[in-house]
Amino acid sequence: MPSTITPIRTEPKPRRHVEDHDNGSGRRPPTDKRTGGGGDNDNWGDRPRGNHGPRERLVRYRMGIFFALASDMMFFVAIVSSFFVNQSTGHFDAYNNYINEWSATTIPPILWLNTLVLILSSITMEIARRRMFHEVDAMDEWLGLGKPITRRAIPWVAVTAVLGTIFLVGQWIAWEQLALQHVFFLSNPSSHFFYLITGVHGIHLVFGVFGLIATLIGLYVSRSLESRQIMVDCASWYWHSMGLFWIFLFVLLVFFQ
Amino acid sequence: MTPRPDKLSEPVATMPSLRRRIFTTDHRIIGIEYLILALTSVTIGAILSLLMRIHLVWPDRVLPFYGPILPEDYLAMVTIHGTIMLFFVLTTAPQAGFGNLILPAQIGARRMAFPVANAVSFWLTAVALVILLSSTFVPGGSAISGWTAYPPFSAVAGAGPGQGLGMDLWLASIAVFAIASTIGAINILVTIIKFRCEGMTWGRMPLTVWGWFTAALLSVIAFSVLLAALLLLFCDRHAGTGFFVPAGDLVSGVIHSGGHPGNGSPLLWLHLFWFFGHPEVYISILPGLGLTSMLLANFSRRRVFAYRTMIVTTLLIGFLGILLWGHHMFVAGLNPFAASAFAVSTMAIAIPASAKVLSWLATVWRSRPSYTTAMLFSIGFISLFITGGLSGPVLAQPILDEYLHNTFFVVAHFHLIMAMAAVFGLFAATYYWFPLMTGRMMSESLGRLHFWGTLVGAYATFLPMHITGLMGEPRHYAQLSGVANAAGQLLAGTLPLNRFITWSAIVLSTVQLVFFVNLFHSLRKGRSAPPNPWRATTLEWHPALHPNAPAEALEEATVVYRQPCEYRPTPGGELFLPQWSADTNPDIKPE
Ligand code: HEM
Ligand SMILES: [Cu+2]
Repeated sequence: MPSTITPIRTEPKPRRHVEDHDNGSGRRPPTDKRTGGGGDNDNWGDRPRGNHGPRERLVRYRMGIFFALASDMMFFVAIVSSFFVNQSTGHFDAYNNYINEWSATTIPPILWLNTLVLILSSITMEIARRRMFHEVDAMDEWLGLGKPITRRAIPWVAVTAVLGTIFLVGQWIAWEQLALQHVFFLSNPSSHFFYLITGVHGIHLVFGVFGLIATLIGLYVSRSLESRQIMVDCASWYWHSMGLFWIFLFVLLVFFQ
Repeated sequence: MTPRPDKLSEPVATMPSLRRRIFTTDHRIIGIEYLILALTSVTIGAILSLLMRIHLVWPDRVLPFYGPILPEDYLAMVTIHGTIMLFFVLTTAPQAGFGNLILPAQIGARRMAFPVANAVSFWLTAVALVILLSSTFVPGGSAISGWTAYPPFSAVAGAGPGQGLGMDLWLASIAVFAIASTIGAINILVTIIKFRCEGMTWGRMPLTVWGWFTAALLSVIAFSVLLAALLLLFCDRHAGTGFFVPAGDLVSGVIHSGGHPGNGSPLLWLHLFWFFGHPEVYISILPGLGLTSMLLANFSRRRVFAYRTMIVTTLLIGFLGILLWGHHMFVAGLNPFAASAFAVSTMAIAIPASAKVLSWLATVWRSRPSYTTAMLFSIGFISLFITGGLSGPVLAQPILDEYLHNTFFVVAHFHLIMAMAAVFGLFAATYYWFPLMTGRMMSESLGRLHFWGTLVGAYATFLPMHITGLMGEPRHYAQLSGVANAAGQLLAGTLPLNRFITWSAIVLSTVQLVFFVNLFHSLRKGRSAPPNPWRATTLEWHPALHPNAPAEALEEATVVYRQPCEYRPTPGGELFLPQWSADTNPDIKPE
């Protein structure tokens, strides 16, 4: 490769200024864009350049959770593909009649309500997430005025957990209603998928609710602002994705059966 | 923090420290643990393959301490051999083993992005292996439906011995493995994206790192699809559904079709499985492709020919690898139009693959390589990759595959290109990085003996399989003699060649003892290695990142200034610029 295309030094070393360094007088405020505000070892100006910066840890965890969610999405894509394959497959009976057993499962109306609850919970979770990054509160924390961020985010995380639980209970009720109509897991290819999809998604939400409870505990216990931000941030991206997945799955169940 | 005096006086127990060493989050130790797991697995897998070969040609022999080998025992051996080799050797060793061991250093990182997740991933893999092996000892033995577990064979417990509890354990093992691999792949991706040191731009990343990166992308996409397929199969087995069981399916005299005569289709499993399975075979080979480029350049003191193109072909192979799963299903009842599409996408992958081969040849063209053992194994890798690759486009023709599918021709194809090529990559990596892991060199003369023995053994074992395949020898047959009628005569006709294959396989495995001797001898008594014995340019050989480097050296920030493999012949000898060298005037030889 000629060096005109790959210049020897594309990234010169950053010039480092003495005044950028933590001079021992205390931690830098979290709003200082040159530092992480986390105290010792947090002189980002003194670190190698590249992908480091004040929110390096947050961004790293967020990226990890995004890849995990992408992988999870492929899981649902696989199940949805099977849904369509099974829907369009049939067989010939002894009299050479083509038979497709698929008959659509009626959607219990309560699912509309559940969907609404889940969308609502995504909104509350987003409020909690934004509160974690409120600069004035972060400044207060840095000044040692308690944990205002935790105080302001906890109710919203708690509300999300409650809404999530309501959603799960709602899904349970939907199952009960179907059972009353004698529609079970084994009744029909389409009911296989109804129960499978709602069940697998429900398990994801159970994990989500446990994650939210863990986040609540973490908000109480953890002293590092950054760790608390990461917990809420990752939990909320997970939660949003589950909401989004549900909307797709719900549309599938309602309109594509 | 200074420890409290009473803490200091406490006797230090050895157990906790040992435990801490084993359950560590240090990526280097995790990498070595992965390699040990892979080495154990490969030994088990190889012994099984020998037993299979011996049984195939001398079916009357009795296995000591066991008794005669029944057809179902043979199939169980095929299954465990394939599963172990594909998952626990060729996925763990190149990607997770050497990935953990070398990858962070090669991009100038001190650690992996998520060390705890890394440890979790390893221990889940170990648990998966134990589950798989334990299935041998349950009633009925382990599963007999091959590493691809096609239903309805795998969906109905009564389909054969081993399809009950053995199959359940197989499913559990692979599910755990899939989760572990996904976690590991996420870790690798985030490490590469976020932890590159200053100056390590995408274009300067060593091709090995590109291999690991692409393989990790494929893992993230593919393993969760496998997990979904396993879940559906589990429902078919235990919840009475019929996702994969066709209507009125007659198995062992009993009609099975799930809870209802239904819409099930084994083809669905094939689609889901091979959507995972084909990327999986690329996951096992991509790190080897990258390593080969780097080693060839290093030992012939040349730049990698067309570096950017090599990056692009790596990604392209990964991308095309997701689009051609259907070539495993030509005779399974695929729509002929779909078969044509898959044939085209399959042959399209020969383009980036050939570009790689051309780049390798151009890199070494008219150079004077030093033929170290690592270099020899890289050249062997190329040879096997070409030989195995040539039969690929043949199999990619639906009309030819009609005949060849399920014969030993396919066995020859994938053993040469995947099994042998990837193993040669692993050997090259071991000889090359051994000094880095242990501070000692491996013996070159033993290494050369090992190489030639393995090369000849590999070709002698797998080339004739093309011929027996063309003669019509099917896969998964436990016995070739004693079958009545014309088909039996045809099978018996392949026996002389098959005996030769078995002898070659025995030689091939015996030669591996040389490797073990070399490994363990060099571990304790090997010549001690200079800091950069191969005069390599990539960062893992940076003095500060050396395992024995003083701690202060680590504090120095690592900076990268150039692409790897910058060697220039100069009148006064050779100029050698490692990636970390700040020297900006390449035409003046530094003294
Ligand atoms: C030039 C590139 C390649 C082409 C065109 C090609 C084509 C094919 C085709 C058409 C089959 C299906 C044959 C059948 O089952 O009837 C096949 C099987 C297989 N190939 Fe390849 N291949 C290529 C490269 C590779 C590579 C690089 C690997 C592994 C690293 C690989 C591993 C396998 C395996 C494991 C199987 C058999 C799986 C099984 O049935 O158990 N192939 N290949
Ligand atoms: Cu394939």
